[in-house]
Amino acid sequence: MAISEQHEPHRRDFLYIATGAFAAVGGVAAVWPLIHQMNPDASVQALASIEIDLSAIELGQTVTVKWQGRPVFIRHRTPAEIKTAQDTPLGDLKDQVSRNDGLGGAEDASDANRVVRPEWLIVVGVCTHLGCIPVKDQGDFNGWFCPCHGSHYDLSGRIRQGPAPENLLVPKYEFIGDDAVQIG
Amino acid sequence: MSELHGEPYQPQSGFMKWMESRLPIMGLLYPTAVTFPTPRNLNYWWTFGGILMFCLTVQIMTGIVLAMHYVPHVDMAFESVEHIMRDVNFGWLLRYVHANGGSMFFIAVYIHMFRGLYYGSYKAPREILWILGVVLFILMMATAFMGYVLPWGQMSFWGATVITSLFSAIPYVGDMITQLLWGGFAVDNPTLNRFFSLHYLLPFMIVGVVVLHIWALHVTGNNNPTGLNVKSKQDTLPFHPFYTAKDGFALVVFILFFAMFVFFAPNILGDPINYEKANSLVTPEHIVPEWYFLPFYAILRAIPDKLGGVIVMFGAIMVLFILPWLDTSKVRSASFRPLYRQFFWVLVIVCIGLGYLGAKPPEGAYVVWSRILTAYYFFHFLVILPVLGLVERPRTLPQSITQSVLGKDDGGQAESKG
Amino acid sequence: MKTHRKLKTLGRFGLSAVAAAMLLLSPADSSRAAGEGATLPSIDWSFSGPFGTFDQGQLQRGYKVFREVCSACHSMNLVSFRNLAEEGGPGFSPEQVKVIASEFEVEDGPNDDGDMFMRPAIASDRFPTPFDNEQIARLANGGAFPPDLSLLAKARVGGVDYLYALLTGYEEAPADMELAVGMNYNAYFPGHQIAMPQPIFEGSVDYDDGTPGTVDNYSQDVAAFMMWAAEPKLEARHKLGFKVFLFLLIFSGLLYAAKRKVWSTVH
Repeated sequence: MAISEQHEPHRRDFLYIATGAFAAVGGVAAVWPLIHQMNPDASVQALASIEIDLSAIELGQTVTVKWQGRPVFIRHRTPAEIKTAQDTPLGDLKDQVSRNDGLGGAEDASDANRVVRPEWLIVVGVCTHLGCIPVKDQGDFNGWFCPCHGSHYDLSGRIRQGPAPENLLVPKYEFIGDDAVQIG
Repeated sequence: MSELHGEPYQPQSGFMKWMESRLPIMGLLYPTAVTFPTPRNLNYWWTFGGILMFCLTVQIMTGIVLAMHYVPHVDMAFESVEHIMRDVNFGWLLRYVHANGGSMFFIAVYIHMFRGLYYGSYKAPREILWILGVVLFILMMATAFMGYVLPWGQMSFWGATVITSLFSAIPYVGDMITQLLWGGFAVDNPTLNRFFSLHYLLPFMIVGVVVLHIWALHVTGNNNPTGLNVKSKQDTLPFHPFYTAKDGFALVVFILFFAMFVFFAPNILGDPINYEKANSLVTPEHIVPEWYFLPFYAILRAIPDKLGGVIVMFGAIMVLFILPWLDTSKVRSASFRPLYRQFFWVLVIVCIGLGYLGAKPPEGAYVVWSRILTAYYFFHFLVILPVLGLVERPRTLPQSITQSVLGKDDGGQAESKG
Repeated sequence: MKTHRKLKTLGRFGLSAVAAAMLLLSPADSSRAAGEGATLPSIDWSFSGPFGTFDQGQLQRGYKVFREVCSACHSMNLVSFRNLAEEGGPGFSPEQVKVIASEFEVEDGPNDDGDMFMRPAIASDRFPTPFDNEQIARLANGGAFPPDLSLLAKARVGGVDYLYALLTGYEEAPADMELAVGMNYNAYFPGHQIAMPQPIFEGSVDYDDGTPGTVDNYSQDVAAFMMWAAEPKLEARHKLGFKVFLFLLIFSGLLYAAKRKVWSTVH
């Protein structure tokens, strides 16, 4: 008996289609664990939030803490600095969006939208250009200056000059009592 | 003899015509993998070649992603494996698949090898195909051994110590060789680190030899349950769709078996003591290798002399290299060799018996039996096979593969068994 | 006729798979059958079998026994407080875990002055160890080292059954047996001489849920807790395994039918 084609070549048999579909679904499902294993694991997720004691940070001082593997700048701003930041006209800003993870996302970049308490500025210390870490107390706006490609940030962490497209990201955080903040 | 080819590839679309005139990859693959002429009477024991390809792929893929989390350092290896088990997304699944995948790989390879023994697949003209298979088996054992060291449990450590110490049996240079392997004076961090490197390397060497193995297969074509040569086109079928369908079905049944271990008994094949971190000051009560090494371990311990044991154990594998020339029979398949068929089953039982003895403590009757079975193992290959070919009267062979398939109702000849 | 032969082959495949399945699923999950010593009592654990799940109440009680009895000498250093709130575990809420963790002090630092300091534990901390190192642990326990309990349920022949048996296996030594100094008789410990004195007695721990405080209950509960500690993904594994099996069974049925159909043209 030779191989004889029993169906017209065009008509695909339901059985073969179903089998093929199962093979495809099974294959894709089997690949998912191989990919998902690269996502942050449970021990990394568990460190998603940290608590910082603010009492030791003096007026005018900036400290850097590590959060989710990235630096976070915490600046204890002086009244003069707060005033400068608040008085900056929105029109002078390169990026007009607040970039605050604690807010909705559509707010303007006024200083009030970038802090919870005016004396504490908390931003993720990663330049929005290509990920370098800006240097504190430098640049034309007395905030941060990124030495990699020359971006200047002001004392509200907003981009004022240079190639960076966005303001420094404000992470989601909340104050716990008077002297402590929880980031994340 | 040149390679066997099926119907050549005819590009249908314009793009494929353009492609084929530049890189004729389909022209290469199509006649060797799609329309490849395959004997029409292959039974389910022939599906294990494809199953082994699957096992190798699974081990490489899970291994690569496990290496993204594993730390090859004595202080962190054990904990990094537990980190994979506890914290990494699907880490428990990947690790259990990889750990049990090793066992599945050996189950499949042993079936594949015994199928070759039963149907005489090692005989001319397939000697090189068989020898490449033995090389693959050795590479697999080396890979599995080094992989087992990586979790750095008690059995990892002591298994590594015992097996590397085998080399110290070599006269004059033994101690030098063991120090070279260890990178120190005992199994320690340098050993773990290099085993990790080699455990990652060897599977790709296996892939290379698999390519040669398949190449050799495509020169001689498949053996088949009758052991007869393919005589006409009538005797063969194109590989696709006939054997893709058959192999596919067998593969999924095999995966079911595999999944049973992974999901419902993931540690049953492993030694509990390997969940205890390696301690170089305390030896476990019984040092036992994983099940797939047990027959060889029994042979090693059967010989009361250090060097002798090592030689005989390696000899048990080396004898497979010369098997094609030890078997003097003109007939390939055991289906037509009434005596060989019986001796084949005795050998299977002897190997299982050696496996059982390898798990037992080396004392009393266990040692005696290990010696008897070891002696029989070599007797089978070195005496029975050469003599049997000369004295055995094979049964009448059918005229062709096609005749054996269609010419009778339900004889024992093409009967699948092995 | 040909089909008949095929079916026989298939039957053999199936039979060996079923035989292997029965062989595998009979003993408790992830442990080899008991080797040396007395035959282990067999407990009907909620987590054994292919559909087994942990009993949350039992794990919570087991944690209490571990916390109040075992953790005085034994570490469990692969387990973090956060694990207690994870799916498939004892089912504490994240708030409860915060409270549980804060009952412990852990060392942190160095601070800006370069000093190490103690602070209350948080959810991401591992369970603290009772002894700083093995040497001091041996010193405090008459030379014996209390093993870490994280993986013990998988690291002993007999597994969780053995742990239960050991905890309930303290007896008077037989008259003809002389115990070494500081050793205790246990019916299930290999060699029957164990350095650990009987750890739990009737009423050692007050259960909050009204479960009677018997040695048997304590032993079962803490053994189950140790099983969870050793295999925290057991429930996820069983659940996924069921789905995978269902899928593969249907898939293999389809493939068998497809294979039959393909081959129907040749014989």
